[in-house]
Amino acid sequence: MTFEAGERVRVLPSGKPGHVRTPAYLKGKVGWVESLIGAFPNPEELAYGHSGLPERPLYKVGFRQIDLWDSYTGPTEDYLYADIYEHWLEPERGTT
Amino acid sequence: MSDHHSHEETGGTTSPYAARIRAIEALLLEKGVLTEPEVQDSISYMEARSPANGAKLVARAWVDPDFKKVLLSDGKAAASQLGMDPEHPAEFIVVENTPELHNLIVCTLCSCYPRAILGRPPDWYKSFAYRSRAVREPRSVMREFGFAPPEDVEVVVHDSTADVRYMVLPMRPPGTEDLSEEELATLVTRDSLVGAGVPRSSVRVG
Repeated sequence: MTFEAGERVRVLPSGKPGHVRTPAYLKGKVGWVESLIGAFPNPEELAYGHSGLPERPLYKVGFRQIDLWDSYTGPTEDYLYADIYEHWLEPERGTT
Repeated sequence: MSDHHSHEETGGTTSPYAARIRAIEALLLEKGVLTEPEVQDSISYMEARSPANGAKLVARAWVDPDFKKVLLSDGKAAASQLGMDPEHPAEFIVVENTPELHNLIVCTLCSCYPRAILGRPPDWYKSFAYRSRAVREPRSVMREFGFAPPEDVEVVVHDSTADVRYMVLPMRPPGTEDLSEEELATLVTRDSLVGAGVPRSSVRVG
């Protein structure tokens, strides 16, 4: 699964235990791929002494703040970007 | 610096955490996992880095449009151009504040920070309060730092969750056209490199 810039994605709601770099507040949330940052050894395996290979694509993913927090009081045009590994993303085909 | 580095000059040395760190360090040395010179090298590495590096990058970008392009497209290359050693496995990305957009950096998972350039992060950056609140109420957090972007300026939070370390390129304050690059660098505060504030608007005397 490879994503293009602009593609809508959902962060997997997985409760995978152990060391992960996907923060809980983004799980299940919908955003868009802003850009591909590069490929890096998988930190979820590096953390336990493994090689982390093969490297995993890392994306900069954008979200609207109002899509993340029910109580968000700032403007609609406030955004949050996070760096999310490809295996935490799935295509979002729903409409808004 | 003496042969035996001292932990006593920094605060909190009597806390249980400080005692635990000293015990772990002693064990690592005793078991040969680390050597004393390696510990010293590591301390020297961190002490050689400070927000002054970030201020130099920002001031150069303010006076040199070509350098600014490099800084925004390849942060490590820009740091190398100014004689810094940006080597670190993580990427170093600089995001630009504009009249329409203000950036704020946080690491909710731990305290990722561009240490290879800026040294150790401020204590507040590592606090649970900042890490949890910066993502969900960034405007309130900035207001508490004494800075409130207007409602028509987009606030963009960057959560450095993985292999990127972020720094903000703040806007050059108005009325600073006559300042030299060195004077401009003195305007750049550590907080403004995280986006929690903006640069000073005039050079401090003394």
